[in-house]
Amino acid sequence: MAVSPLPGSIEGTLEMLAKADYIGDRSLATVLFLALRMGRPLFLEGEAGVGKTEIAKVLSSALGRRLIRLQCYEGLDVSAAVYEWNYGAQMIAIRMAEATGEGDKARVEHDVFSERFLIKRPLLQALEPDPAGPPVLLIDEIDRTDEAFEAFLLEVLADFQVTIPELGTVKAAQPPIVIVTSNRTREVHDALKRRCLYHWVGYPNAARELEILRAKVPGIPKKLSAQVVAFVQALRKEDLFKSPGVAETLDWAGALTELDVVALDPATVSDTLGALLKYQDDIARLDGTKVKALLDEVKSELRAAE
Amino acid sequence: MPASGERENNGRLAENILYFARALRAAGIPVGPGAVLDALAAVEVARVGSRDDFYWTLHAVFVKRHEHSILFDQAFRIFFRRRGYIDKLIAAMLPDTLPTAPKALEAGAQRIHEALFAGTNKAKEEEQEVEIDARLTVSDREVLNKKDFAQMTTAEIAAAKVAIAKLALPLDEVKTRRMTPSRHGRLIDMRRTLRASMKAGGALIDLKYLGPKVKEPPILALLDISGSMSQYTRLFLHFLHAITDERKRVTTFLFGTRLTNVTRAIRQRDPDEALASCGAHVVDWSGGTRIATSLHDFNKHWARRVLGQGAVVLLITDGLERDADDALSFEMDRLHRSCRRLVWLNPLLRFEGFEARAKGVRTMLPHVDELRPIHNLASMTELVRALSGLPAKGYDPKQMLRHVA
Repeated sequence: MAVSPLPGSIEGTLEMLAKADYIGDRSLATVLFLALRMGRPLFLEGEAGVGKTEIAKVLSSALGRRLIRLQCYEGLDVSAAVYEWNYGAQMIAIRMAEATGEGDKARVEHDVFSERFLIKRPLLQALEPDPAGPPVLLIDEIDRTDEAFEAFLLEVLADFQVTIPELGTVKAAQPPIVIVTSNRTREVHDALKRRCLYHWVGYPNAARELEILRAKVPGIPKKLSAQVVAFVQALRKEDLFKSPGVAETLDWAGALTELDVVALDPATVSDTLGALLKYQDDIARLDGTKVKALLDEVKSELRAAE
Repeated sequence: MPASGERENNGRLAENILYFARALRAAGIPVGPGAVLDALAAVEVARVGSRDDFYWTLHAVFVKRHEHSILFDQAFRIFFRRRGYIDKLIAAMLPDTLPTAPKALEAGAQRIHEALFAGTNKAKEEEQEVEIDARLTVSDREVLNKKDFAQMTTAEIAAAKVAIAKLALPLDEVKTRRMTPSRHGRLIDMRRTLRASMKAGGALIDLKYLGPKVKEPPILALLDISGSMSQYTRLFLHFLHAITDERKRVTTFLFGTRLTNVTRAIRQRDPDEALASCGAHVVDWSGGTRIATSLHDFNKHWARRVLGQGAVVLLITDGLERDADDALSFEMDRLHRSCRRLVWLNPLLRFEGFEARAKGVRTMLPHVDELRPIHNLASMTELVRALSGLPAKGYDPKQMLRHVA
């Protein structure tokens, strides 16, 4: 992993993303560039499967930085996110002090709560200096945790520091690159968003989705890829409970290439619909005739475009 | 380029951004002074060349919610085409340039009036009002109405506070995955144990325990504001304002023929302001009802955003839907399956021997966990009593359906 400097312009950012096989639009490149230059956390919101987490991964590999990931879940607390003491070792240290007759209480306490016994969790790790430059800290799916943890994050994201009562405040010499993602299953408080740059990651348009598909599934026939993208784009216009994301498009294209399909036909689409739609109601809505009608529409559009 | 010219240019830009931020604020996007400074820094850092880059740079700083994107887009288009127009807009929003419109009662005016003139003859103030009682009628016609609510009296507000304090919703305590110090807990809290034993020099180890933290679940209220419910709308809104004040996670939606999220409006501290703001936000007061359509809208666009963390849904409606068909049944089923408990509060059960005969009621009943009837709703106390404790006997949804069948 080679260490690369931060991009110097919006074009540079676009290039950097493209080199790492992430095809993003200019609005994303702009906000990413600003986040990098201004040292602000980037808050990415959007439907599931549009490539939010991927941005952090790409950033870490393109810049040659370490990726530190904090997956949020309900009940996430300080001991899992920031630090924990090594209690076993502490107990032994106390007993040792007793055995050797070191009776000074304050001294023992000071020794026991020192960095030697500290187990560092993701947030604390991200504040440490790294030879490759500040790491990329990915706080994934923040909407899954509760408000209490969100409030705790305010200190970390605003000043890049955490306070450990027994040790004092740990502050990052160089702030990490922070990416926060949310699926919007809950509204994240304004106070947290205010400290970040915000970007809504939407579904890509047809041209960009085609580029993504060809970059990520290299072996796919040209005709099939055009049909897959056109079909998925048409599907997103339908009244579905959950529209397919980019991840689903890639899954589906992968499945179709495995099945050696060269062009879409109604039977194949119906059989493989499970890769695209994940709700029974949505699948039931798209019965054989509906799939055929959509497919015909898509094919005639593609023919007209040629 | 001479330095003075550059500074002047920057000054012009700063001024423009400042005005733009004010325009955004006027349009309803919360933009603080901090955001303006950020925007200036961002524009400088990005060394913006094209209009597009400028757009996205400002977007990154000013927009903090997806739904504000549209407002931002329109404001940007208008503002950077002709600035004069937006100046006029801003000027029009200032209070003293609007002398023509009759001044509405300011929030709290009723209470101030009361405080000053308590005890003077009341009879004169009572006005005869012609109101059409639309209870127990069904309509799906869309009638767009705005609504003004009578202001709260001090006694009403005090009574509401007392009543809400007594409120205990069904299943009102949920164990969370988070731990908290507890005497009777079952997990050892090593951190506190060690700290406590260090106080005694480490010779004694006094075990401390952790237990699961208990929390009130989020509440989601879906309130029917159609004509048949119009008598009670004010009481329910006041009730919802009071619980929003008391608890943290309450989300409120109103629906008649369309669905409106009024959580922000209702979160204002003052009940008068909150109700007035609701009145201004919603356009389908006292019109028809389209329960199925509204629920569909809710399920599709909001359910995944507000029903997390085991929310309890309070569905407040009379269930009088004209087109009670499969769509209603489908949407009720989906709503039921995406929340922890679905409580249906029906204020129009006037008779003791209520039977689930109306078609809408029969369609919705299989999908609710509880039916809470109110026979004669007159006050907040009654409302709270109806919602607290175990459901009244004889209103088990399953039994009622069996009885009808």
